[in-house]
Amino acid sequence: MIRFTLRGLLTRKLRSTLTAIAIVLGVCMISGTYVLTDTINHSFDSLYQEIYKGTDAYITGKSVVKNQYSGMGIMPSFSQSELAKVRAVADVKAASGSVGSAACSVVGKNGKVISTGGAPNLGYSIDPSIPELNTVTLVSGTWPGKNEVVIDQATADKAGYKTGDIVGILVNGPVHKMRLSGIIKFGESNGIMGATLAGFDLPTAQRLFDRQGKLDSIQAVAKPGVSPERLVKELRSALPKSMTIRTGQQEASKVSADTSKQISAIQYFLLAFAGIALFVGSFVIINTLSITVAQRTREFATLRTLGGSRVQVLGSIIIEALIIGVLASVTGLFLGFGLAAGLIGLFRHLGLELPQNAFVIEPRTIYVALAVGIIVTLIASIRPALRATRVPPIAAVREGAALPPSRFHRFRTVGALALTALGFVLLMQGLFGKGMTTAQILTTLGGGAVLIFVGVALVAARVIKPIATAVSPLGTAAVALLSVLVWPVTYVIWLIRRASGRSPEFPAVTPDGAMNSLALANSGRSPERTASSAAALMIGLALVTLVAIVAASIIGSFKGAVDSIFTGDYAIMPVNSNSMTGTPIAAADEVAKIKGVESISSVRFGFGLVYGKSTMVTAVDGQPSKVFRLKWKAGSESTLDSLGSTGAIVSDAFAKSHHLNLRSGLKVVTPAGKPIYLDVTGIFRPPTGGSPFGDVTFSAKTFDASFQDPANMYTLLTMRGGESDANSKALDKALAGFPNAQAQTRQQFVDSQIAQLNPILMMLYVLLAFSILISFVGIVVMLVLTIYERTRELGMLRAIGITQRQTRRMIRHESVITALIGGALGISLGLLFGVLLVHRMPYVSFSMPDSVPYVPVTFPGFELVFFAFATVVVGIVAALFPARRAAKLNVLEALQYE
Amino acid sequence: MSTKISNQLERASASRDGVAVHATDLCRTYGEGDTAVHALCGVSLDVPTGHLTAVMGPSGSGKSTLMHIMAGLDKPTSGAVEIDGTEITTLDDTELTKLRRKHVGFIFQFFNLLPMLTARENIVLPLQIAGENVDPDWFDEVVTKVHISKRLTHRPAELSGGQQQRVAVARALITRPTVLFADEPTGNLDSRTGGEILALLHDSVETLGQTIVMVTHDARVATIADRVLFLGDGEIVRELPETTPEEIQKAIQEIGRR
Repeated sequence: MIRFTLRGLLTRKLRSTLTAIAIVLGVCMISGTYVLTDTINHSFDSLYQEIYKGTDAYITGKSVVKNQYSGMGIMPSFSQSELAKVRAVADVKAASGSVGSAACSVVGKNGKVISTGGAPNLGYSIDPSIPELNTVTLVSGTWPGKNEVVIDQATADKAGYKTGDIVGILVNGPVHKMRLSGIIKFGESNGIMGATLAGFDLPTAQRLFDRQGKLDSIQAVAKPGVSPERLVKELRSALPKSMTIRTGQQEASKVSADTSKQISAIQYFLLAFAGIALFVGSFVIINTLSITVAQRTREFATLRTLGGSRVQVLGSIIIEALIIGVLASVTGLFLGFGLAAGLIGLFRHLGLELPQNAFVIEPRTIYVALAVGIIVTLIASIRPALRATRVPPIAAVREGAALPPSRFHRFRTVGALALTALGFVLLMQGLFGKGMTTAQILTTLGGGAVLIFVGVALVAARVIKPIATAVSPLGTAAVALLSVLVWPVTYVIWLIRRASGRSPEFPAVTPDGAMNSLALANSGRSPERTASSAAALMIGLALVTLVAIVAASIIGSFKGAVDSIFTGDYAIMPVNSNSMTGTPIAAADEVAKIKGVESISSVRFGFGLVYGKSTMVTAVDGQPSKVFRLKWKAGSESTLDSLGSTGAIVSDAFAKSHHLNLRSGLKVVTPAGKPIYLDVTGIFRPPTGGSPFGDVTFSAKTFDASFQDPANMYTLLTMRGGESDANSKALDKALAGFPNAQAQTRQQFVDSQIAQLNPILMMLYVLLAFSILISFVGIVVMLVLTIYERTRELGMLRAIGITQRQTRRMIRHESVITALIGGALGISLGLLFGVLLVHRMPYVSFSMPDSVPYVPVTFPGFELVFFAFATVVVGIVAALFPARRAAKLNVLEALQYE
Repeated sequence: MSTKISNQLERASASRDGVAVHATDLCRTYGEGDTAVHALCGVSLDVPTGHLTAVMGPSGSGKSTLMHIMAGLDKPTSGAVEIDGTEITTLDDTELTKLRRKHVGFIFQFFNLLPMLTARENIVLPLQIAGENVDPDWFDEVVTKVHISKRLTHRPAELSGGQQQRVAVARALITRPTVLFADEPTGNLDSRTGGEILALLHDSVETLGQTIVMVTHDARVATIADRVLFLGDGEIVRELPETTPEEIQKAIQEIGRR
């Protein structure tokens, strides 16, 4: 039985290979994701181990507030006097205090900040006197003295700095010019993943980071023979309760765990797309196996006449699927390794160096990738295998290749409709249901989508003919249009061919009506087959459309929000638009000095505990009523002007959920643990596109007094003369000393904010492209198998007068029809999902109560047309190889094909 | 009777003296050197217009090969074929295909209709492919001749074997080809149905002036022919005018003994 199966597989190498590709790509994504994220995780782990390896005890202030977005705790600085207490503890061999910042940029020779591609700009104090605690080594020059700096080798190379040069350091004010006393290296390979590293002596660092008399952390080394745990215990009794003390190991593990959490979020995200790819792949496998099994009806029937049992037929197919599954999964596994390696190399190229060159392949990766690939293949093979067992022996002598319908055939449509309906129920539940966690919502939405896709795919077979008839003229028109556009190229190719002696047919653009109608008739012959191939493409297109609509709606509502709120002429924003550190207050102060500036207002941001939860809070200064315009439930713009030291405005959703009215009391706890008491003096309604203000906004004066390192998120201003070249020049001049701040007009502001979405969109499209690629392969396979099946018929058509070109065109049109069916279904579903999701988006993404109005839908017209044409192109390209095969059939052999 | 049809009949009588297919010294060899197989060797013949020529021979005699070459489906190793005056052995694939559209009709042993098209659509398929309009009078004439007018909207699956073959005959006739090649047209039919098909073919020769070349191994089938050629070992070994099945049978046996 196995030999029989193996022999069969080998003679159908092409078919088996094409079938396998679907699984290969999906498994490749899984293994690639795991290897990539495991490697990055491991790199961070080793990085942290390296940082804390000599540290026996690590002391920081207690964190009460978390950064809402990164989930990391904000640790307040503490008095320098604690260091003496630490040193006084008996078992402490040595201790060193330090201050640091993640917003300490190095300025290049051209006056611009050296970019890190998103990695932090690290600056901290270096104490070379305690070797156990010093994680950097001096490559050249000397350790920094007063007002001196050392920077890491990679940054120095990038900027072309040498020891002795004057380097610009930018923290929270004008650029400090300091002498470069030396160049340092972190660990062995200087692998800090693209971050810039600047080191100073403690007093200089304290001055730079505004920590005079304070420290951010203390590291202590224990005397020999003293365990870190014992040291920590002793330190606890020596220091106040407001300090957090951990062993170096514990600190490393904690930081490592925080990072791990973020990486595993990315991992799940990528795996979700791998799952989508495999879902599409399973469609392709089921379709391909069904066709192959149908074509082997005679073979199975013969086997049965010779005495083979049904179980043996079943076994043969299952074994074949198993073999394909194993080979495909193994190939995909290794391909995934290559993919991960390629991506890591790409990161390196972009400047994101990983500390370790190790490539982490956990056993889990191998098990999961192989298991998933094999299981998906096996499950997909069950239905065709069962149908094959129903082939009666008499089929051995009959013509035609059609499987007997399965037992449930009659219930197919009803079942499909039921499945679709159930899917919609789940979808609605996920969108409108209450009290679910984000994970539950996503699972419900995902499950609903899966059921809808499967249901529609099954129903589509019933309505293939009308859909095909509807899309056929669209395909003809699109192909004609594309032919016209590409005509210059095909004309040149024709000239070249003619010159080389052949006499090719002149490139034509007019559609061949007879071939198109044959193709249309052909696509209706095996509706299930056409539907299945189209459905695979439908999934990818639905998701791509969904992404496009959501993105367009987000952008549309953002633009609307800016138009509604932003009444100023210019905004001062960070140069790096996704910076989380904002612009220095001094920059706004400098700009305010310009003669033409009429009004100016800045928004600060920070995190505080409000009602026990870490929340982003904002603060405003200057004349906000002149540059902001909000919709108010209570109060008005002038409320913003007169906040005083205790006034605060809150968003109406926040007010509603915490039962706040005008004059209600409100408490905000700063990261340092200090409470601020506020009174509600205004309640505003943020537009759906967002606003510059968080849920709670109070005066900048109060903010600056209580929060560490205040910085501006936005600064808006109006100028005499509005937007003008002269005004822009004046602003640029004022900001010359602040390389990390720039002045933008309203349009520039909108554009740069929107541009932040682009890399995310691109990534989503690329991830979905895998699924579309798999469905593309599915169409190719279907065409190849179909042509094989119709060999004699093709011979007959050629005999009665169809040219090779006409044959190609017929196959091409059949492919285009199939693709367009997938496109029509996919784009329609995508539009439906998109409208539903956008409608409920604020709820889904921020878990806010219903009073938040929904985001209006913007239809991405250009993208939709592009997707439609892309579908046609997929159809054309998918047909290239099969059409050539069909055209090149030897007429005589085809006619006599058995 | 329409003028078109009467024209057709005039042409029928006028063309009885021309040559539809002119084959010279055809050789077809497969393989090389010692293992070469000579399917045809030095075969020359003229297919007269308006006549039904049957080609007979035992299996391996090369009769199918000869027909394939004359029809332009295969290229001879040496020799030439002219259809209606055009030399076809030097044409490239596209030109050959276009020539087949106008000048050659086919009827195969297995029906070879497109299963998803109706009888009507199958019949006009060659015209559609060529982008030509269907002459409704001629269509009616052909369809009446093959007695399929009542089944035009049926698909092949809904037709009997004989009906399918009649559709195939109509399809072959609709383009008024210079020559119609029939490869064992009744091989898959019972004797009564087969007889009907043969009667159709004979009738098209007599009343429409169609030229037909028919390959067969069945002596009774060959009786409708105006001329029977016998092939043996790749050569024409005997020729008989219109004759009885017994004569043909005798001729076959004689060849077989050689």
